Amino acid sequence: MSGGWNREQMAARAAQDIPDGSYVNLGIGIPELVAKFVPEGREFIYHTENGMLGMGPPPTDEERDLDLMNAGKKYVTELPGASYFHHADSFSMIRGGHIDVCVLGTMQVAANGDLANWSTGAPGAIPAVGGAMDLVQGVDRIYVITQHTTKKGEPKLVEQCSYPLTGVGVVSRIYTDLAVVDVTPDGFRVFELAPGVTFEEVEEKTGAPILPAE
Amino acid sequence: MIDKTYSSVAEAVADIPDGATVMVGGFGASGSPIELIHALIDQGTSDLTVINNNTGNGEVGLAALIGTGQVSKMICSFPRSSQSRVFPKMYEAGKVELELVPQGTLAERIRSGGAGIPAFYTPSTVGTILAEGKESREFEGRSFVMERWLKADFALIKAETADPLGNLTYNKTARNFSPLMCMAATTTIVQTKRLMARGEINPELVVTPGIFVDRVVEVADPVHEDTLIADERSYP
Repeated sequence: MSGGWNREQMAARAAQDIPDGSYVNLGIGIPELVAKFVPEGREFIYHTENGMLGMGPPPTDEERDLDLMNAGKKYVTELPGASYFHHADSFSMIRGGHIDVCVLGTMQVAANGDLANWSTGAPGAIPAVGGAMDLVQGVDRIYVITQHTTKKGEPKLVEQCSYPLTGVGVVSRIYTDLAVVDVTPDGFRVFELAPGVTFEEVEEKTGAPILPAE
Repeated sequence: MIDKTYSSVAEAVADIPDGATVMVGGFGASGSPIELIHALIDQGTSDLTVINNNTGNGEVGLAALIGTGQVSKMICSFPRSSQSRVFPKMYEAGKVELELVPQGTLAERIRSGGAGIPAFYTPSTVGTILAEGKESREFEGRSFVMERWLKADFALIKAETADPLGNLTYNKTARNFSPLMCMAATTTIVQTKRLMARGEINPELVVTPGIFVDRVVEVADPVHEDTLIADERSYP
């Protein structure tokens, strides 16, 4: 590949768009990397669905507390000023609109902002939804970080999701390896191209009409 | 004097009958009441409906309870964890039924069960297959889905400290669903790392008030699911 962003650069680019003082929920996978790229001078407070604000980085062996995990069931630490609460309070923060930004991974996003990231709908597969459906309904700014296409080269930004939906019209902005793409009333619109990437390349790899940056 | 303490986990779970609905605290390994679950395996009750966020890991705790065939139905949000091996096998063999509930809806259904609220409306699942067949209604121009309360006959809970009245505190993210489950079960059974004297827990710091708790057993040095899995242990 001639240009584009790697996983860390995608996460760093998304972090640039999160305002100082935001309460942020990060999904599993590339979204977790956002925490490594907080722009200088800003503070984000991380929420984890399983009942904590003020989540810190992974612990050293000495720091590890077996009861202290994030929603991905990985061990984490608590930062000064952290708090713990039960699940109903945690999802009140989510559904009640108190979390400012949520960054998620996805399988597909549609041009109207529909998100499909919980199930392929394959017969016999065991479905698992977790907190994704609550997050997309409750958090105003849903940012998605994803490769622009699947490993097979199929577009993940599509006209209409073929996988079962997580939520309807919920995504605000998408960070891919090729571009930052907004979901607008006119469909997908490039906000910014990654270095060395042309609009034509993005258009070719997008499964729906996409407008160039304004 | 009220004293809710029991001398053993076996005694505390002895009367859980076949066909009971049991809420089990914990989110993954964190807060999982392993000793109480193992006591339930020893006790042998069957045809249980179990409510937990997950379906257990490895071959201990909740996964072991499912593995013995004692669970006929799981109500959970995420049955597919990296270390979840037993549930997929039992599910694919048709030996356990699954009701999938989004995590926030699961929490609120349990809270509602404990709070005497039979149903509520939530924006979660609107426009998805998980809303199919459910009543929906508009409020202020936006669609919401009706969800019903969840109650249980018993709850199995892990606490950090408890007193004989059943006042509880938890450790960090081991709290998760437990305070809600204490409210929603007819009989709440707690294993606690430390049993304190009455008055020893600062009333301002009590997380679950004793009114929601029926039985307390001290398990001073509880095993942790992750440790058991790392040691490749299985139960029984």
